[in-house]
Amino acid sequence: MIDLAVGKEDLMRWLWIGAVGVCVLSLALAMSGCGKKTTTEGKEPIKVGAIFAVTGGASTLGGPEKKTVEMLVEKINNSGGILGRKIELIVMDSGTEPKKAESAAQQLIDEKKVLAIIGPSTSGDTVPVKALCEKNKTILISCAAAEAIVNPVGKYVFKTPQNDSDAGRWILQTLQKRKLVKVGVIAGNDGFGTEGRKQLAKLAPDYGITIAISEAYDSKTPDLPNVVAKLKGQDVQAVINWSVVPAQALVAGAMKQGGLNVPLYQSHGFGNPAYVKLGGAATEGTIFPAGRLLVAEGLDDANLQKALLVQYKKDYESRYGEDVSTFGGHAYDAVLLLTQAIEKAGSTDSEKVRDALENLKGVVGTAGVFNMSPTDHCGLNMDAFVLQTVKDGKFALCKQD
Amino acid sequence: MTFPSIVQYCLSGITVGSVYAIVAIGFNIIYSATGVINFAQGEFLILGAMSAISFNEFVPLPLAIPLAVIVTAIVGGLLELLLIRPARNATILRLIVITIGASIVMREAMLHVWGDMGRSLPHFSGTEISTFSIFGGQASPQVLWVLGTCAVIVAALTLFFRYTHAGRAMRACADDRMAARLSGIPAQRMVTFSFMLSAAVGALAGCVISPITQTQYDMGAPLAIKGFTVAILGGLGNSMGAVAAGLLLGLIEAFTVSQIPVAYKEAVSIVVLLLILVFRPGGLFTRKEIAELRTA
Repeated sequence: MIDLAVGKEDLMRWLWIGAVGVCVLSLALAMSGCGKKTTTEGKEPIKVGAIFAVTGGASTLGGPEKKTVEMLVEKINNSGGILGRKIELIVMDSGTEPKKAESAAQQLIDEKKVLAIIGPSTSGDTVPVKALCEKNKTILISCAAAEAIVNPVGKYVFKTPQNDSDAGRWILQTLQKRKLVKVGVIAGNDGFGTEGRKQLAKLAPDYGITIAISEAYDSKTPDLPNVVAKLKGQDVQAVINWSVVPAQALVAGAMKQGGLNVPLYQSHGFGNPAYVKLGGAATEGTIFPAGRLLVAEGLDDANLQKALLVQYKKDYESRYGEDVSTFGGHAYDAVLLLTQAIEKAGSTDSEKVRDALENLKGVVGTAGVFNMSPTDHCGLNMDAFVLQTVKDGKFALCKQD
Repeated sequence: MTFPSIVQYCLSGITVGSVYAIVAIGFNIIYSATGVINFAQGEFLILGAMSAISFNEFVPLPLAIPLAVIVTAIVGGLLELLLIRPARNATILRLIVITIGASIVMREAMLHVWGDMGRSLPHFSGTEISTFSIFGGQASPQVLWVLGTCAVIVAALTLFFRYTHAGRAMRACADDRMAARLSGIPAQRMVTFSFMLSAAVGALAGCVISPITQTQYDMGAPLAIKGFTVAILGGLGNSMGAVAAGLLLGLIEAFTVSQIPVAYKEAVSIVVLLLILVFRPGGLFTRKEIAELRTA
């Protein structure tokens, strides 16, 4: 009796599973049928994946990146697409977690069978995705800055932001010109800050600069008054702050209030108008290298990037009602490079597009003019940065001496 | 070390220490009334500062801060009514765990309302570049505001707990809830009131330190840990002790990091906390006999 009862239950369960399975399958068939119906109007769309840190710690990066890509793809599709085909964009959120970024990439490659992936937003998220894309021969155009992404060069991996070390070179070169040879380096205690301190320590001797003191500060506890007292004790001639943590907005104020009246140089991580607003009057005169997007209107008309930058800024700000940021620009460049490569290859064959991407020359983007090569999958040099300062509470070009 | 640089370390120590001190005071109020350590105290600070920043967009600062204090006090009262009161027969430990839970909920809620960008109130007097000098060292005038606010709060609390009926009733509740109730004190209401008072003091603290530390949704916990250390150092329940201990810890940290990297600063305060817990668990400023009587 008991055996029979169990058997019956089991049978019922299997029947249920079978029924559900049939339903799911027929639904999936119906949906794929639908998909085919729409694409028969034109040709099949080109599938492009994107992974951004839309939520989590780097949401200030991922948010504008997602918005930019959506805006740009819509624009391309409205004007007829590429090779007569529309782009189908699939955006995934990494939540600023490398594990989630990795599984998103896996899904894009295995299930969605995308031609290329744009993003992720941070270097931490990019590392596992790089390995995955190399393995699956899928094109990856990262929006994260770390040089480890393209050095060593991965056959299928590219990136759009400028190189961190070039920002360091700009600062050190300027210090050398202005004969400020004894400096203090301070940085946020995260990956960006730690890497920056390392880079500066490595590059400084080339420019005859002595780093008298190098300190990391915590973003969440009031460390800065102590740091300033320490810098003051070393009689430094200038301070370099290398940071993306919000506390960096307070550095200029803490220096002024602690009576440390020397020039402040910041990394490109300072390139967000919110920091100037937060730091107030003290940030006036801060010098930092950054991409030209922030000072687009102030550029010479002869500048190659000006028209594109002003247009992007206008489009973005009128559509989303918020300030444009360099991060969104990195995603813009990724879409731009990919579409140009597809057009140049005249096909959506992954290998052909990759070859075309690797040989793109003179592509004018938001970060600079890209010149890709088999040994350089970033394609930007020091000229992609320009020295900027804060004047009357706004970013402005810094006069060269 | 030269004299001007010693002065500068002193001033930076006082700047940081004044922040610790004003955070620590808030811990003492709820402890004085209930014997509970409220781990959502840091979130009260951030809630106060964040609402003041939002109010300040519509009304001037002298009005924005009182409004923020009132809003935070109401949230503090609701926290007690909704979470602490239903668990009134729970052990102290369970109540503390509830406050930790509440702090997490508040933090996430603030992330949704204000986002993850840092914000700050304007300096109360002058701007980011105003300073005052003593003996060749410089500091922000905001430090004087923080110290002044500390002094006012401590004086007011001392008067309240010693000389008013409500204050004495609160202390009686902490001492022996049952005895207090038997002598006609509405013990539950006293506890609610202590949460409101503590939230109000926290909000005020959050506002005055905001120009120095800036305010971010998840800054509450690190500040609260420092405030907790200082509250223990000064002797739990002793507001004047908390202020002295805050300044002392600020100075100890400043002079220690003058010799070692700033990154080790947290280790300094943890070592101080451990030493106090082992050798003077009642706090620096509590007489040993009293401490023993309390724990007995």
